[in-house]
Amino acid sequence: MDPGRFTRIDETAWRIEPEGAMRVPAIIYADEQLIRDMDDKVYVQTANVAMLPGIVQASYAMPDAHWGYGFPIGGVAAFDPEQGGIVSAGGVGFDISCGVRTMLTGLKVAEILSVQKSLAESLFHQIPAGLGSTGAISLDPVDMDAMLTGGARWAVKRGWGEPRDLDRIEESGAMTGARPDCVSDKAKERQRCEMGTLGSGNHYLEVQAVAEIFDEAVAKRYGLTADDVVVAIHCGSRGLGHQIGTEFLREMAITAKDHGIDLPDRELACAPINSEVGQRYLGAMRAAINCALANREILGHFARRVFGHFFPSHTLDLLFDVSHNTCKVEPHTVAGKRRELFVHRKGATRAFGPGHPSLPATLRDVGQPVLIGGSMGTGSYILAGTASSEAKAFSSACHGAGRAMSRHAALRQWSGRQIQDDLAGHGVLIRSPSTRGIAEEAPGAYKDVNAVVRAAEAAGLASRVARLRPLVCIKG
Amino acid sequence: MSAAAGSAQRIGWEHFPHEADVGVRGFGATIEEAFEQGALALTAIVTTAKVEQSVSVQVKCQAPDRELLFAEWLNLIIYEMAVRKMLFSRFSVRVHGTHLIGTMWGEPIDVARHSPACEPKGATYTALKVAADADGEWSAACVVDV
Repeated sequence: MDPGRFTRIDETAWRIEPEGAMRVPAIIYADEQLIRDMDDKVYVQTANVAMLPGIVQASYAMPDAHWGYGFPIGGVAAFDPEQGGIVSAGGVGFDISCGVRTMLTGLKVAEILSVQKSLAESLFHQIPAGLGSTGAISLDPVDMDAMLTGGARWAVKRGWGEPRDLDRIEESGAMTGARPDCVSDKAKERQRCEMGTLGSGNHYLEVQAVAEIFDEAVAKRYGLTADDVVVAIHCGSRGLGHQIGTEFLREMAITAKDHGIDLPDRELACAPINSEVGQRYLGAMRAAINCALANREILGHFARRVFGHFFPSHTLDLLFDVSHNTCKVEPHTVAGKRRELFVHRKGATRAFGPGHPSLPATLRDVGQPVLIGGSMGTGSYILAGTASSEAKAFSSACHGAGRAMSRHAALRQWSGRQIQDDLAGHGVLIRSPSTRGIAEEAPGAYKDVNAVVRAAEAAGLASRVARLRPLVCIKG
Repeated sequence: MSAAAGSAQRIGWEHFPHEADVGVRGFGATIEEAFEQGALALTAIVTTAKVEQSVSVQVKCQAPDRELLFAEWLNLIIYEMAVRKMLFSRFSVRVHGTHLIGTMWGEPIDVARHSPACEPKGATYTALKVAADADGEWSAACVVDV
């Protein structure tokens, strides 16, 4: 994008002034190089979101923003139901509550190296990944509804997780307001045998090493020291979320006109929060959030089982579990007034700063861990929510590196086998059912995650705590 | 990535780039052929290995316009792939106005043989277009979230 198209607020904030049907400005947080490298469609999509009814303050895009569906991936927007605000199935996306969890192993890198290969093989065999994989868990209709209401709490009750985890999961492990009756039979059928599966695309389970610490004090509170080994899991609500997204995208696209909403892009399909379809979507979406929370809890349990075999005395404590495709009701201060807003984050992580009442007591004074998944070659980050993040973008930060290149282009440029061999040479073991899938997810197809998190920190969205490098990556 | 077959009236499919995901486009002399070819492009996102045609599945759907009908058709295939754990390599479509009746032939996924690269989540309305050009050639396209 041409930086000249924006009003530059400061080094890392770029404003699109309201024009045409835009109700509020649009603001992209990024440094100049990231702005130059972004697709023009991010500009268009961030501006389009600013046209939606009831939007509050501004439409935002995070430093990892890229071309999405209606909303840019990396988009954040808050809507006020009292001002005719909307909820958008497109603004949450197909993979509802896709997110990341990080678990502390209590091990050092040196302790892992002698078993790294067997650990990779064991994780690959024990964690169902990719299309065609089936989980060991199948749900009858009663279990399904209990899972959709109970989330990770349900998983723990069923023995697939630990009660101590719940405090470290958003919503304490169970999203309130979930309505299994709003979830179609097709969505439930799609999920029946998918609990405890990783999925594919950019989803992964990684064993990572703490490569660099930026903030010793916060890292200590998070339980991180240099050379520690952690496990990160990136996945979401699987087929259930995909089906809910598909069905409501269609319904909202068709009914938008009936609600007097003129969509600038059909993918921005939405409905007033205070409408029957809006409320039904919220009930279904919250059920899908519970599905994702349960799924990551179960996958964490599977990871514990594998680690327990190799390291019986290590229990894998959960650092935190965050979602980055959601719409959540949150109180925020806008122009000095506290308002209940419906905050959409599409490929953006909630990043509550120090003192936020929803954080567990053990983390409240340092801020929320913000878990950033990078690419399989370059590494990931753990950031901390900051006090300034609320005013900047409703307490939101980036969610990953963000793609810089299409899968199509990645396939032309790289061979999966070559990437696998190259990374093995650098001590990173990749296991996947598909070498083509590895090529599509090539590290070079992503933006520089270091630049993305530096920009997030400079913009005041979150501050860097630790950088992680991969040791083992299981990809679907 | 394109496997479009050459002929005077183009019948075939192609993938087109999207920054995060993959676009599918089918071509044909009729809207039905374009929908069938678009479905082949969907399968090709997942695998380029041979997919046997040992099992057939019938589906039908309806949508207010042709474009949403194409997205609906792809979403039905994605649904059947997911719940039956199958891949499909032949499609037959009849379109009557805004109603579609389709048959697809395929086989259960064999992870070792098909080596599935990814799992389609849903057909999006991004770059969604169904139209005939001045020569009467139909195309049907959209981006698929993977």
